[in-house]
Amino acid sequence: MESIFSFCFAVLIAPFLPVVIQKVKAFFAGKQGPPLLLNYYTLIKLLRKGSVYSTSTSFVFRMGPIIGCATSMMMLLFFPLAGAAPIFSFHGDVIILFYLMGLGRFFTILAALDTASPFEGMGAAREAFFSTLAEAAVFGILVLFFRLTGSLSFAEFFTGNNIINLIGAHTALLILVIVALYIVMLTENSRVPVDDPATHLELTMIHEVMILDHSGPDLALIELGAWFKLLFYSSFLAKIIDPFQLQNFWLNCLCFYAFVLFIYITIGTVESVTARYKMNMVPKFILTPFALVFFAIIFTMELIK
Amino acid sequence: MDKLLQIGHNEKVNRADIPHLPFDTFRRQLLECAAQGGQVVQFFAYDDQGTIKLLAVMRTDKLYVGGCDAPDSFPSLTAESERFHMFEREIGEQYGIKAEGHPWYKMVRYHANCSGKKDVFGNDYRQDIPGNYPYFTVEGETVHEVAVGPVHAGIIEPGHFRFQCCGERVFHLEIQLGYQHRGVEKLLQSVPMKRLPIIAETIAGDTTIGHGLCQAQAIEALAGIQVDEGAKIVRTIALELERIANHIGDMGALSLDVAFNPPAAYFGRIRGDYLNLSQVLGGNRFGRGLVRVGGVTHVMGEEQKKLLHDKLDELTPEVEHVSKLIFFASSVNGRFDHTGTVTTENAEKIGLVGYAGRASGLPYDARISFPTECYKDLPANSNGITNGDVRSRGRVRFHEVIHATRLIYILLDTIIEATPYTPQEVQLPPDSFVVSINEAWRGEVSHCILTDEKGTILRYKVKDPSFHNWTGLALALRDEEISDFPLCNKSFNLSYCGFDL
Repeated sequence: MESIFSFCFAVLIAPFLPVVIQKVKAFFAGKQGPPLLLNYYTLIKLLRKGSVYSTSTSFVFRMGPIIGCATSMMMLLFFPLAGAAPIFSFHGDVIILFYLMGLGRFFTILAALDTASPFEGMGAAREAFFSTLAEAAVFGILVLFFRLTGSLSFAEFFTGNNIINLIGAHTALLILVIVALYIVMLTENSRVPVDDPATHLELTMIHEVMILDHSGPDLALIELGAWFKLLFYSSFLAKIIDPFQLQNFWLNCLCFYAFVLFIYITIGTVESVTARYKMNMVPKFILTPFALVFFAIIFTMELIK
Repeated sequence: MDKLLQIGHNEKVNRADIPHLPFDTFRRQLLECAAQGGQVVQFFAYDDQGTIKLLAVMRTDKLYVGGCDAPDSFPSLTAESERFHMFEREIGEQYGIKAEGHPWYKMVRYHANCSGKKDVFGNDYRQDIPGNYPYFTVEGETVHEVAVGPVHAGIIEPGHFRFQCCGERVFHLEIQLGYQHRGVEKLLQSVPMKRLPIIAETIAGDTTIGHGLCQAQAIEALAGIQVDEGAKIVRTIALELERIANHIGDMGALSLDVAFNPPAAYFGRIRGDYLNLSQVLGGNRFGRGLVRVGGVTHVMGEEQKKLLHDKLDELTPEVEHVSKLIFFASSVNGRFDHTGTVTTENAEKIGLVGYAGRASGLPYDARISFPTECYKDLPANSNGITNGDVRSRGRVRFHEVIHATRLIYILLDTIIEATPYTPQEVQLPPDSFVVSINEAWRGEVSHCILTDEKGTILRYKVKDPSFHNWTGLALALRDEEISDFPLCNKSFNLSYCGFDL
């Protein structure tokens, strides 16, 4: 029951949280920022519209948004949000989940290529390249977590005796992991300094340019998928940081979302104080987390054996 | 160069005094001047009672003029000196005179010529754009072409950009404009005198004062009208305010293009404050209706002086503070440094003007070389960073803003009795010629007027600095990453309508 509640709550709140980032950015710029429920209005607006399809596109183009959204939502189904057990869980689910996310991206890229627009092709190439680099770091983290907990499932990472938490046996290693995961989060969710979600300049875009041709409900699905994905990554980080393992579900919930909110605020802060990197700097930036995690793995080899 | 006539800017010259050379001599003289570092100010064709003639104004540290009868086709000057390339294309387009051996002979704005000759580019202008509209292409399996525009995201003007890329790397960028061609030059030749300033002010909306001033000075020089000191001060302040407002806006936009939001927001607000100062000075935020032949329509009183002074006191520290935020952030420098470089050599070859030229190490500033209004008595600006990259172009703007503020302070402290402006009938003298030059915010603006024997305008030629500088943007993109194009574009921030006329 708690699991289902917690999943539904996450789905409902996912569109709200990105507005926090915008509010923080607006604060730094001395502006008022958008209304707090902006993304819900956007969703309603988009869902009421019709979609326009280019005659040069095929069914692949229509599949992109659906698969993209569905795969991101699946991440939330398997993740122990707010202290509740996930709705589904099995040993080794993390590997399947990260590849499901890869599948979602694969279809987004295919849909972009399907339009035959030079812009979208460029964006697709960038997305494919950068996410490949980020994947190395993600799997580095999974290897490390396997060494620490002996399991490959989100539920087992965060419940039981041998849990992954900053306040625990592996603080030093987890600090490296947190930095790495944070960079991966910025990359995977097209945030500054990798990508600029607010720009109108097609030539500089990575993710935004791939969805230029989507409209109406399709665009709504893509946006939803992006919000779920961001929530998943920040939940992952929050779970590692959150030191409170309380008996009361509601208090746990509160603590967990406080940390999630904190992570969103830091994203807004990072976006306000740094400019975007030059495109040829981005690969170096994305490979940093891999180096960090690799370093951490070497440590575990020494410490445990 | 000895056969060209040395003239002054804003100086009435009898057309009979302009040396009329045989074409070969004319061509040799121009190339000789170019070889000695001379740049083209004006080079155009005009129709004089059925004969088409060419006229060129060159500048070294002085101005030189010369003319000739236009042959039907002539060996291109561009083949020997790149700085003529756009001018020759324009001459071909406007009067159907072909430059043989021009390396990239293509129309400039896509319109039929006015001499009734056969089109030199082989275009049928009754058709829509797909005419003879070739683009430079690079062959090869890994080369791909990206076409941007003419319809853009956001609210910028229309222009078409064709990139030849290998992955992220740009081999070549070709810029095709002309979508805003309104026939400004022909319009200026056909309307009553009192409408001229209204048209001049709309040649490029962000250079209202720059173009307005050039026209007013040209007509004043022709008609022998003197402007009193008070009006000169207002004109100078207006031009500098226009410079500040545009530079501030661009620095904000540069920062926004690298996703560095706070300075963009602050500069957006500060730009508005400077525009409001223009309103205090002349009754319009964009300087419309201020500069007229014989003076300015708004006299600056003590109240305006105090308002300007107080507001500048308040804004200048803010500008300095926000500039520090941009130019000293390491992540921003990572984007600006070594991006979109135009070397001094290339800048010299194509004749970059304005801040783009100064950022590339060409010190030319029309305010110093050809001072008008109050500039003779004012100190010059100097800029330290001349690497020709985005950072240089950004820093030059900052220095110019600070310098312009200083100029305004000096002018506000001069005590001059202002006399109110009264509109007057202007009669242009017959068979005369004048060229006016001003350093508008983007660079050298030049207007050129030729009158016929009855004293009506025979040819009105306008040149916006963008006419020189678009080529600079194309060069800046060579070997650059395509994702840096918007940033490079913004660092030049050239005018589409000023180019298209």
